[in-house]
Order: sequence, then structure tokens, then C-alpha cells
Amino acid sequence: MAAVGIATGGGNWFSALALGVTLLKCLLIPTYHSTDFEVHRNWLAITHSLPVSQWYYEATSEWTLDYPPFFAWFEYALSHVAKYFDQEMLNVHNLNYSSSRTLLFQRFSVIFTDVLFVYAIHECCKCIDGKKAGKELTEKPKFILSVLLLWNFGLLIVDHIHFQYNGFLFGLMLLSVARLFQKRHMEGAFLFAVLLHFKHIYLYVAPAYGIYLLRSYCFTANKPDGSVRWNSFSFVRLISLGLIVFLVSALSLGPFLALNQLPQVLSRLFPFKRGLCHAYWAPNFWALYNALDKVLSIIGLKLKLLDPNKIPKASMTSGLVQQFQHTVLPSVTPLATLICTLMAILPSVFCLWFKPQGPRGFLRCLILCALSSFLFGWHVHEKAILLAVLPMSLLSVGKAGDASIFLILSTTGHYSLFPLLFTAPELPIKILLMLLFTIYSISSLKTLFRKEKPLFNWMETFYLFGLGPLEVFCEFVFPFTSWKLKYPFIPLLLTSVYCAVGITYAWFKLYVSVLTDPSVSKTKKQ
Amino acid sequence: MEKWNLMAVVVLLGLTVRWTVSLNSYSGAGKPPMFGDYEAQRHWQEITFNLPVKQCAKFINPDWIALHSSRGYESQAHKLFMRTTVLIADLLIYIPAVILYCCCLKEISTKKKIANVLCILLYPGLILIDYGHFQYNSVSLGFALWGVLGVSCDWDLLGSLAFCLAINYKQMELYHSLPFFCFLLGKCFKKGLKGEGFVLLIKLSCTVVASFILCWLPFFTEREQTMQVLRRLFPVDRGLFEDKVANIWCSVSIFLKIKDILPRHIQIIISFCFTFLSLLPACIKLTLKPSPRGFRFTLVSCALSFFLFSFQVHEKSILLVSLPVCLVLSEIPFMSTWFLLVSTFSMLPLLLKDELLIPSVVTTMAFFIACATSFSIFEKTSEEELQLKSFSISVRKYLPCFTFLPRIIQYLFLTSVFTMVLLTLITVTLEPPQKLPDLFSVLVCFLSCLNFLFFLVYFNIIIMWDSKNGRNPKKTN
Repeated sequence: MAAVGIATGGGNWFSALALGVTLLKCLLIPTYHSTDFEVHRNWLAITHSLPVSQWYYEATSEWTLDYPPFFAWFEYALSHVAKYFDQEMLNVHNLNYSSSRTLLFQRFSVIFTDVLFVYAIHECCKCIDGKKAGKELTEKPKFILSVLLLWNFGLLIVDHIHFQYNGFLFGLMLLSVARLFQKRHMEGAFLFAVLLHFKHIYLYVAPAYGIYLLRSYCFTANKPDGSVRWNSFSFVRLISLGLIVFLVSALSLGPFLALNQLPQVLSRLFPFKRGLCHAYWAPNFWALYNALDKVLSIIGLKLKLLDPNKIPKASMTSGLVQQFQHTVLPSVTPLATLICTLMAILPSVFCLWFKPQGPRGFLRCLILCALSSFLFGWHVHEKAILLAVLPMSLLSVGKAGDASIFLILSTTGHYSLFPLLFTAPELPIKILLMLLFTIYSISSLKTLFRKEKPLFNWMETFYLFGLGPLEVFCEFVFPFTSWKLKYPFIPLLLTSVYCAVGITYAWFKLYVSVLTDPSVSKTKKQ
Repeated sequence: MEKWNLMAVVVLLGLTVRWTVSLNSYSGAGKPPMFGDYEAQRHWQEITFNLPVKQCAKFINPDWIALHSSRGYESQAHKLFMRTTVLIADLLIYIPAVILYCCCLKEISTKKKIANVLCILLYPGLILIDYGHFQYNSVSLGFALWGVLGVSCDWDLLGSLAFCLAINYKQMELYHSLPFFCFLLGKCFKKGLKGEGFVLLIKLSCTVVASFILCWLPFFTEREQTMQVLRRLFPVDRGLFEDKVANIWCSVSIFLKIKDILPRHIQIIISFCFTFLSLLPACIKLTLKPSPRGFRFTLVSCALSFFLFSFQVHEKSILLVSLPVCLVLSEIPFMSTWFLLVSTFSMLPLLLKDELLIPSVVTTMAFFIACATSFSIFEKTSEEELQLKSFSISVRKYLPCFTFLPRIIQYLFLTSVFTMVLLTLITVTLEPPQKLPDLFSVLVCFLSCLNFLFFLVYFNIIIMWDSKNGRNPKKTN
């Protein structure tokens, strides 16, 4: 009995947390799922029933395969389990097939693959050097970090309601970060290379990895003032890193190179025909840009400065995924966004090169790369905010300043995901879970850093509280007003613009803290 | 973390679990012509809205309750409406009572109080029946809990008013009425029948009578109407038991068909006698030595006696026993957790009929983990922890070697859990044999009944051997 007691008792809080959130995920099985459910069912069907040469050409369904080959192989592996649940889902022509067994299989596959995410969190908890806290379990940085990652609201609703497979992908990313913290650079590089070939969105943070590995791994020593010691360059290390990346890429793209399908694969992976903004504007810089354009065009029309005939008929806010042009401000091209993104990333990358601060500095650069790409990228999905929020959790338990930035980023980022779940039965779930996560995160971090100055100033507090009335207006008041028919996009626009302000502010604050940090940290973590 | 933030997190967790369970199917979904409890509640809304007492209800879609034409109405929007009403009723009545109760617990730390709230809110039985099967038990149980709170904190009038509301909401609450009566009577005796006690007695009687009159006023217009209400409330014509339920009569009728052997009025008399004989000792003790602690335990044993021996018991009535057991969770965590697990298991046939397998399994596991981590239940299995010390000492006067009680109880627990899991797996995966189509439900009921008998004996032992009230100041409550 005592053995059972130890196993289930206070000794193993991590398992209790992990098990608890898994049970919650099981309860979310009957919730609404988006078209992504059909996307993955289709990919199961494609990889199972067709030969490899057809995978990137198959177009019976509109949801064509647009992830790198490793993910296709992953779906292939899953399909071999799927056939025991419901053979019909593997038929390519069974569009929108969603029997109860299919639903069960798909949901359980997400829950099951999250085990990698749980393992990664376990590894991350070993590496963080959080603020020294008291003996109380719930005030230990490891505990708080585990809850912030395991019970992350964004990941829960995107993966387990909306339906995607981000859990294990973030597991790979966090695991590679943990390995870099543990000075196991080769493993970290390998894991990241594998991750890139699962989902290429992680290219956003590739510069951070590249520069960090080059600077802090290939150059084995630093001068006393922290700058690079050129003669400590290790060719062996560089070659081995290159070899790892090359081998992984060869394994992934090799078969398609052999079939001469590389251009087709690349065109599927990088579809630039889509517009600047997604159907729902991600809360990034371009959302503000679009809003400003709209406002100026309305003002221009009112003041008779613009000719109504010259304005393009299709409105950017009608929710269609096509290419549009701006009316007043200059139109934005994919190249422009690339340049803006690169310019936004450059300072942080320079910081990583000239003022290396070990793994912690790398993590900050990673987050800044992810955030900058989110803010200035082309056709960004609002779900991409998770790329910044999850790694930021690792920093949040370290310093009060980082905790403050994390809270602003996560609260606004999570709120911006609300439009993903627009059905009535899911409304209480998203509000309850959001409140749960927000109250916990703010309260626990405030308690952790209670001896330092308060986490938020009055402006930030006001802004965060403003999310409440915004939600009430968008979900409860607006649908009953007369504007609903005339301007149905107003709630989306308001949400997007309001959150864009918060996210841009967090990005700016993080940049300032990175650039003004002392250049050489004489801590043990070097 | 600050106390109220942690409490908010716990309540939000409880609400989230409740709403996600409500996304599942409800009783009688898509099964005309009888449907189930969901249709029953909708039908009652139809009747009460359309016939005499009309109220303004701006947000209700008239199609949902149109007289006659809305029979069997099922739609997404209506389901959302019905589920929301349950959540709001829960939020307004049951959950505040639970929070207040746990905050008033003495001699435990704040963290443990909040953990207690979490465990009570995660009790699977109530969630699955209210939010899955569909009922409004949280209203009656909430009012009963307010009653318990009032009476334990010496706000006797408010407590009895709350309890009267509970009874008038759902007549099943009469299971709890005897302990309330004995406890309040005992208090009056203690205060002395010649002075304060008599005044209290008069005040209580007036409160009870007044609240009953208020609730029943619209139905007192004719004697026939009152009789009809009573006939509907206490359907003695429906027989000793219906369907499969984990009580004595159903279990005995596996071997001996009582329903066929004995005539109806003899059945009623036998069930009456057994019920009252089994609850008499505890009630008498409560009247003579009223204490909040004794009151709680007597609630458990009385409700359990009624459940096991009474007439026309439904399997959902186990919730009336579960509520008092939740209240003693902090005092005997191990046994309470065990009981609450069995009580959920006893409703398995009903839950499977409503297609609530996954929510049942998930909520049961969540509840078990919450209790195991909050109270470290497996470390609390000594004699003292199980409140069996005085009993064991008395037995050891005759049998000096009687030291193995905790170990027996541990083995019984493991056996019980093992058989419950096994039977659940069997019921879900296998088909029953052709000749005995109800085999699995009967086995579930029989096994649960055995467990409940054990608990009846256990709780009565605690009550009768609880002599520490006067001597040990630490245990008074």
C-alpha cells in the first residue's frame, strides 16, 4: 500500500499534472473540429493508398499535402494503426468522412503523440535555472513551468479542439532547446533538422539556431571581453553539424529528388499565391497596416479625396484567401515582407553573435526570430503565435522582466486564438480555459516574483483588463446589434487590431531588454 | 499563490469538466417515443410554462415548449439551452455551498481546504448524472448542503428553511430528513425543554410549516389536487424496485423472487421495518448527543439505509448518500474516496446506456488522482486514521489479537477496485450470454450492494463508537 502511496502521492507531481491534462484532453474529444480534421484524414488516405510518387501530386481533395516529407511518413505510420479503427477513412475519395471511430482515432493520435511534448517539458525542467524559491511545491519554478507548458491554453485549443498535431512538434523543438542548454549541441542540431522536415514553419527560428551553433559551438572559446576568438574555430564541429543537416535533408528530400519532384514539393510547401493576410487577420503588423489603410480610405472617401471608382471592389475583410491591394497605403508584396522580417531579425542575430550569453541568449534570439517573423511575415496564421509563447515560458520563470513580457504576450496571443472556435457549445470551454490559464499564470508568476517590483504598470494592467469588455462586446453584444448584417467582420477586426497592439508591444519590450542587457555575463551558465 | 486565485482556478476546473461532459449525449437522445430524463425535464418546462402559472420568458424559443407540439423536441440550440440551465443552477446554488462549506472546515490548512473543494467538485457521479444523463440534482443537493451548513454553524432557522426548500424541490431529500430532525431535536433537548430549547422548537416548527405552506399554496386549492400530487410523488404502485438498482431487494431477488412471493402491502411493511431498524441506533444517538460531526455521519448512514432498504429506489438516489460522504472527505479520506468510486461504478449500466463511457472513465480517474494527491489517502490507513480506534480497543478487550483490521480493509479495497475495473472491462467489451441478457447489470448491482452493506456497517460503527466527543478536545467540531 505504501508503494502505491508513493507512486500516487505528493512525490510525483509531474505525472499527476501530465495525467490530469491528458484526462482533460480526453474530455475534449466530442468538441468541434475544424477543416484541419479533414486535412489530416485526407493525408492519412493519400499516404496509405497511394505510392510515394503520387503523394505530392494528388489533388482529389482541396487539402493537398503541403508539409515536408517526414510529416507524410508520420501520417503513413499512423495510417497503419488507423486501419484497425475504420478502414473507410483511408479511402481518398471519402471526402469529409468523419465516423465516430475516425474521430476517436484522430483525437487519440494527437493525445498519444503529445507524450513527446511531455518528455520535452520534463527535460526542460531539468535545465531551467529559475529564481530560487521557497520550499512550497507550488512556488517552485519547475512546477510553475510545467503547468505553463503542459496546460498551455493555446496548445490545448489548437491541438485538441481545432485539431492539429503541434504537440509533438513543439516537443521536438523544446527538446532541441533543452539539449542545447545541456551542451549536447549535436543532438540539438539533429532534433532541429528533423523538426524542419516535419513542419517547415520552424524555418522562422532557423537563423537563431544557425548563428548560435556557429558562434558558440564552432568557435570553442571566447576572448575575455566576450568577443569571438577567431583562432578557436573548429572545422570538425562545423563539418559534423553540416553533415547532420545534410543527412537529415537527404533522408527527407532524397526520394523526391530521385523522382525529379523537388520543384513540385517546394511549390506545395511555399504557396505564395495566398494573400498577405489569412482569412482572419493574424494580429501582426500587417493587421495594423490593413486597419490603417481601411481607416484612411474611409476618411479619404468622406473628405472626397479619393475616387470611389478606383477602389478595388473586393474588400480585405470579407474573409477570402486571395490577393488584394491596399487603397491608400502602398501594396505589400511577399518580397517586402521578407525584407521587413530580415530587418527585424537582424539586431537580435547580431546580438547573438557579438554578445553571446550562452543558451539563454540563444533562447531570447529564438523567441525574437519567431515573433519578428510572426509580425512581418507573409500569410501568417494566428496559430503561429504559439511559436513564440511556448519558448517564452522557459524564460518567464527566470526573471521578473521576462515574466511580465511573457504574460502580456501569452494573454493577448491566446485571446487572439478565440475566433478559431466560433461555435456556441465551445464558447464556455474557451472562456473557462482561458480564465483558468490566465489567472494561474498571472497569480503564480506574481507570487514567484513578489519580492521585486510589480510585474505590470498601470497601462499594461488596463490593456489586459480591456480584453474582458472586448470579449463581451464581440461575443455577446455585437450579434444582437444591427451592425451584424452590415459589417460582419467588425469583431474579427477589433480582436485582431487590439491583440496586434499587445503583441507588438511585447516584441518591442523584449527587444529592448535583449539589446540593453549587460554584454558579458559572468555566470556559471556559460 | 493567493488563496482566492487558487480557489478560482479550482472552480474553473470543475466548471470546465462539467461543461465538457455536457457535450456528450443525454438520456434518451434520439430514442422515441419514451426518450428519457432530458425529455422529462423539457416536458415539465412545457407544462409549467403553458398551464396556469405563466411567466415572462423573453429568451426562450416558443417552439421548445409549445404545448403538445413540442413532444420529443431535440435540436442543438435547445440542447445548449438545457445544458446552460444546469450549469447556471449549479453555479448559483451548489458550488457556492461547497466553497463555503470547505472554508468553514476547522483544523486543516488553506491548501487542504482548496484541495477538498477540488475533490468534491470533481465527484464523477453528480457530474455524469446532471451534465450527462441530464437532471437538476445540484439544486436539491445544493439546498440540502446549505441546510447542513446552516444547522452546523448554529443558524438553525436558515438551515431548516434551506432544507425545506430542498425537500420541496425533490422529495428524495426526505432521505436526509431524519438526521436533520434528530439533530435539531437533540439541540432543543440540550438547551433544556423548559427554556431556550422550547423556544427553539417552536421557532423551527413555524419555519418548517411556513415554508411548506408557501411552496404548496398553489396546489392546496382542492383536496383532490393535493392527493394527486402526493400520489405522483410517492408512487407506491410502482413496486418494490424498478430496473436494476444496487440495493438489498434487487440483490435478494436474484436468489428469491420477493416481488412474486410476497403481496404488495407486506413488501411495503418489510421494507419500512428494515429501513427504520437500520437507521434507528444512529438517530437515537444523534438526538441524545447532537454534534456537527455526528450529524454528518448520521446523514451518511441514514441515507445509505434508505437507499439499501427502501421502496422504489432508483440508482441515481446514491447521490443522496454521496453528498454527505463528500462532506466527510477530509476526515476519512481513504474510505470516502473508496465509497465515492463505488457509487459511480454502481451507476455504470445507466451511464453506458447514455453512451457516457469515456466521460465516466475520465472523470473517475481524474477524481481518483485528485483525491490521491490531495489527501495522500494510501498513507492514511491506520486504525486511528480510519476512525476505528475506539472500536478496535473495545474488540481487543475480548480478542487481544484483533490488530489486523487496517490490513483487512486494505485488501478489501484492492479486491473491490480490481473487480470494479474487471467488470467495467467485461461489460464494455463482451456480449452477455443469450439466456441472461441482464447478467452484467445484475453483477454490477450485486457487487455494489455488497460494498454498500460493508459501508453501512462501517459508518454505523464509527457513529456508535464515537465517544471522543467529550474527552478529546481535538476532535470536537
